[in-house]
Amino acid sequence: MAEEYVKLVGVNKYFGDFKASDNIDISIEKGKLIGLLGPSGSGKTTILKMLAGLEDADSGDIYIGGEKVNQVKPSERGIGFVFQNYALFRYKTVYENIAFGLKIAKWNKADIKNRVMELIELVGLRGFEKRYPSQLSGGQRQRVAFARAIATEPKLLLLDEPFAAVDAKVRKELRAWLRELITKVGITSIFVTHDQDEATEVADEIIIMNRGRVEQIGSPVEIYNNPKTPFVAEFLGENVKVSHVEDMRGFEGIAHAALIRPEYVVISKKNELVRYPASTEEGEVIKSVFRGSLIEVTVRLHGQELIGYRQVSQPLLHDGENVNIFIQKMNIIDENTAYVVENETITAAESLVI
Amino acid sequence: MEKQSKVRMTRSEQIVKWILVILGTGFVFTMLVLPLIYVLATAFRQGIGAFVSAVTDRYALKSIELTVYVTVITLIVNVIFGIFASFLLTKYNFIGKRFISTLIDLPLAISPIIAGLIFLLTFGRSSFLYPYLRQFGVKIVFAVPGIVLATIFVTFPFISRELIPVLNSIGKDEEDAAALMGAGFFKIFREITFPHIKWAFLYGVVLSTARALGEFGAVSVLSGHLRGRTNTMPLHIEVTYQAFDFTGAFAMSSILVAMALIILVVRNVLEYRSKKYQS
Repeated sequence: MAEEYVKLVGVNKYFGDFKASDNIDISIEKGKLIGLLGPSGSGKTTILKMLAGLEDADSGDIYIGGEKVNQVKPSERGIGFVFQNYALFRYKTVYENIAFGLKIAKWNKADIKNRVMELIELVGLRGFEKRYPSQLSGGQRQRVAFARAIATEPKLLLLDEPFAAVDAKVRKELRAWLRELITKVGITSIFVTHDQDEATEVADEIIIMNRGRVEQIGSPVEIYNNPKTPFVAEFLGENVKVSHVEDMRGFEGIAHAALIRPEYVVISKKNELVRYPASTEEGEVIKSVFRGSLIEVTVRLHGQELIGYRQVSQPLLHDGENVNIFIQKMNIIDENTAYVVENETITAAESLVI
Repeated sequence: MEKQSKVRMTRSEQIVKWILVILGTGFVFTMLVLPLIYVLATAFRQGIGAFVSAVTDRYALKSIELTVYVTVITLIVNVIFGIFASFLLTKYNFIGKRFISTLIDLPLAISPIIAGLIFLLTFGRSSFLYPYLRQFGVKIVFAVPGIVLATIFVTFPFISRELIPVLNSIGKDEEDAAALMGAGFFKIFREITFPHIKWAFLYGVVLSTARALGEFGAVSVLSGHLRGRTNTMPLHIEVTYQAFDFTGAFAMSSILVAMALIILVVRNVLEYRSKKYQS
C-alpha cells in the first residue's frame, strides 16, 4: 500500500556557500498530491528542479517510479512541469501548445488530435483551441499549462507556485478545480507554495521546508494541530509568543516559552457563562479590531499580551474592560522541538467522564 | 474664476502647440524636404533622357551592381553573426561578457573613416600580414573584399542590438518548457525562439541594409576609387560630382534616396506589425 513512488535519499545541494538542500529524505506514495511549503529561500523550488532534472544534486539519490534518475535527462524522466508563470508558448494556439509535447514524442496525427481534444474537454476549454495565450484569462492559461503538462501522461507532475500568477479571487476557485482534476487524472503531483492556506486546502500531505531542511511531513490537519518543531509551530496559523507559561492557569509547572493561537483563546464578558471556571482567569482588553468575519481582541493577562477571536454576533468588548480568559491549548517550544499541551482542566474533565 | 483660468490655460496650450508645429514643420522642410526636392530637380534638370543615360552609364551600372553585391554579402554575414552574438550575450554567462557586449557597439561610436584606416593598416602594404596575403593571392585593400570588410564592420552591430533586448525580455521559460518536453536545439529555435525575435530581426536587417547601401567613409578609404571596379554608388556619386557632372551625381543620388525611402516604409510597416503582434 505504502509504495514509495518518488523518493529522495540524503540529497544535498549547494549554490556556492548557500546550502539549498540539507540532507533531504522524502518519500511519496503513488497518486498523492503533495504540497512543498516554506518561506522563500527555504529550498522548496530547488527540490522541484532536482526532481525535474533542471538542477543536479551534489550528493544523494533521486528515484521516480522506482527508477533511479540521477543520470537521466530531464526530458526522459517522465515529468510534467507547470511553470510559475505557465511559460505557455506565446506564438502557438491552445491546441498547438498542448500538442507540442506529443509531436516531439512522435505520436501520429490522429492520436495527437484525439488526445488534445480529450484534454481540452477535461480542462473545460472547448471552443478555445484556436486562441493564443494572450487572449486567455489567468485561470484559463493555468488550465492550458496543466493540460500541456499532463499531455504525454507523465509519471509525475510538478507545479511551481501554480497559483502565484492569478489574482486572489480566481485563486480560490482554481485551487478547488486543480484538486478535483488531479484526483480525477490520478497523477502523482508535487506543488510548491509559500501560502499555507493553499497547501492545507489542496494537498493530501504537506512537506514543510525551512533553510534547506525538511521540518515536518504529514497531513494538513496533523501538521496544523501537532507541530513538531518551533519553526512549524510559528509558521502555521497566527501565533502570539508567550515567554512565561507557568503563570497561566492550567499550565502551571511548564518552564518554557509557548506559541498561542487566537482560536485557542476564549474571551468572554464577565456576565457570560464560562465552561471551565477552574482555569478561567481575569484579564483586560487592550483593543478590538474588526476583521470582517470575526473580531480580533488583544488582551493582557499576567502582564503578557494575547490575541483571541470573538464572533461578530457576540456583544462588543470595550477597551479597558475586564474579561474572563480561558486558554484551551498551546504549542510549547522546547529548544528544537515543539509539542502541544492542553489545559489541565480539560484533560481532567475528560478523564472524569471516562 | 475657475472657468476663466481654464480657458486661458487651453488658449496658451494652443499657442504652444502651434508654435511647435510651425517650428517642427519648418525644420523638417528646410533640412529634409527642400534638399530632397533639390536632388530630384537637379537629377531631372536636363530631362528624362539625360537622367536615364546618366544612370545607365557603364560605370554607373557597375557601381549599382557592386553596391548590391556588397550589401547582400554583408547581410548574410550580419545575419549569422548577429544571431550568434545575441544568443551568446543573452543565454550564457562567461567572463568578459560585458567587455564583448561593449565591443560590439564600437562601430556605432567610431568614425567610419577610422574603420577604413584600421583595415588599411591591418591588410595593406605596411602590414605584417601583407606578404602572407600576397602569397595566397588574396587582395583586400583597394579591392572588393576590402569594401565588403569595411561595410560589415560599420553594420554588424545593427542586428544584435535589435535582438538582445527582445531576447532578454522574453526570458528562458518557454525554451525551458520546450526542452523539458524533449525538444532539441533547432526545434526550439525554429518553433519557440524565432517567432519572438522575428520582427526585431527583420528590423535589424532593414537598418543594416540601409546603412550598407549608403556607407561612404570606410569604403572610400579601402576602395581605391577604381571606376568600374571598386566604386560603389556613394563613391560613384562623389566622383561624378567632383567632375562637375551634376546630372550624373544627382541622378544616382535620387536612386539611393528612393532606396532609402523604400527601406523607411518597410521599417515602419515592420515596426507597426511587431507592435500589433506584441499586444
